[in-house]
Amino acid sequence: MDFCIGIRGNDFVLLCEDMNAAQSIMLHKQDHEKMLDLNDHLLMTRTGNLGDGVQCAEFLQKNIQLYQIRNGYEMRSSAAAHYIRKYLADTLRSREPLEVNLLLGAYDVISNTPQLYYMDYLGSMATAPFCAHGYGAMFATSILDMYYHPGISVDEAIGILNKCIKELKKRLIINFSKFNVKVVDKDGIHKLPTISVEDGIHTH
Amino acid sequence: MTGRYDRAITVFSPDGHLFQVEYAQEAVKQGTCAVAVRGADTIVLAVEKKAVAKLQEERTVRKIVQLDKHVVMAFAGLHADARVLISRARVECQSHQLTVEDPVTVEYITRYLSQIKQQYTQSNGRRPFGVSCLLAGFDNDSDIPRIYQTDPAGNYFEWKANAIGRSAKTVHEFLEKNYSDDIVAERKGVIKLAIKALFEVVQSGAKNMDVAVIRKGTNLEMLSQDEISSYIKIIEKEREEEAQRKKGGGR
Repeated sequence: MDFCIGIRGNDFVLLCEDMNAAQSIMLHKQDHEKMLDLNDHLLMTRTGNLGDGVQCAEFLQKNIQLYQIRNGYEMRSSAAAHYIRKYLADTLRSREPLEVNLLLGAYDVISNTPQLYYMDYLGSMATAPFCAHGYGAMFATSILDMYYHPGISVDEAIGILNKCIKELKKRLIINFSKFNVKVVDKDGIHKLPTISVEDGIHTH
Repeated sequence: MTGRYDRAITVFSPDGHLFQVEYAQEAVKQGTCAVAVRGADTIVLAVEKKAVAKLQEERTVRKIVQLDKHVVMAFAGLHADARVLISRARVECQSHQLTVEDPVTVEYITRYLSQIKQQYTQSNGRRPFGVSCLLAGFDNDSDIPRIYQTDPAGNYFEWKANAIGRSAKTVHEFLEKNYSDDIVAERKGVIKLAIKALFEVVQSGAKNMDVAVIRKGTNLEMLSQDEISSYIKIIEKEREEEAQRKKGGGR
């Protein structure tokens, strides 16, 4: 029922998520932020079970912070991604499997490369220039196939994002009202203006 | 099997002493000196750096450590014991924040370390930690600088300024004589007092000192050797002038 999407450029990763907090037919909240900063250059968004998502994200955030305090430097994007993947894989066959799918947007300051990781609740992981989770992913991926090109800029990425959201409004049965957008680059994590469906979606 | 029959190592003596704890305190007195001074808005930790062996890499000897973004610790005594405590404290800092969403207060993490230390004075087959710690930092919701000291017994106290390790008594007496709210009102004053206090013990100068400056909201700042040297030059000059003045007065 949730939706999240990631787009990678040459020097940034853009992550967008819906802001609905719903359980079954009940919509609790329409301005709920799920994205979490794991450290200065790691941004994670998720779909799936709300409670599992919070547990997973906060636990990972604190462990990644602990790594930083212990070692004196940030956990690198690849290390963090593999650590998170292993965490999901370990919990899968435990008494408390976590029903969470993740997108991790990372910027590695040492090699100066952005990276987008796609992870699911079974512990699989892949890197991709763009990806999405949820029912909305089926629509978004097609649009990204059409309009994405390597070396895309942040503005172009937001343009494609708007196209995806327009398509979701038209063809997806689920009603999303607002979308939370953040971008990771060498200077850290920045929040971009929330995209609100009521205000109208601007496509370039 | 043998665990059940382990005798306690720390037992009372006939006159009410816990000798193992007192011996642990002696171990601390063998360790290199650490000084902490609190000012109006600044805390300075100054530690004695033992001269490293010729073939040893200097940067691997670290006595000022961060427990969390806002809490710093210096210790005196057995380095290996300190490593264990530091590791537990770091995990607790994150665990606390995971549970209650607030960063630890300096007092909380001090109490946590003290509780661990006390447990080791009352457990089967364990010896006390041979470490005293000076914890410094600012609580999340306050501008008040805080310094706490723990000892191997598991006691903890808050201080305006204190020293631990070898010759701590000398340094502490110096601080009692020279500490005043006026002197430590400014950042420079606090740094100078801390270095001056450590200088009583570490006569060899900046190359055997590590100085850390902690302020609210900023990252931990380690002073460079040149900065420390410049403070020491000022301190030595003032000492000479003081000596001259005394000589002049005696005539």
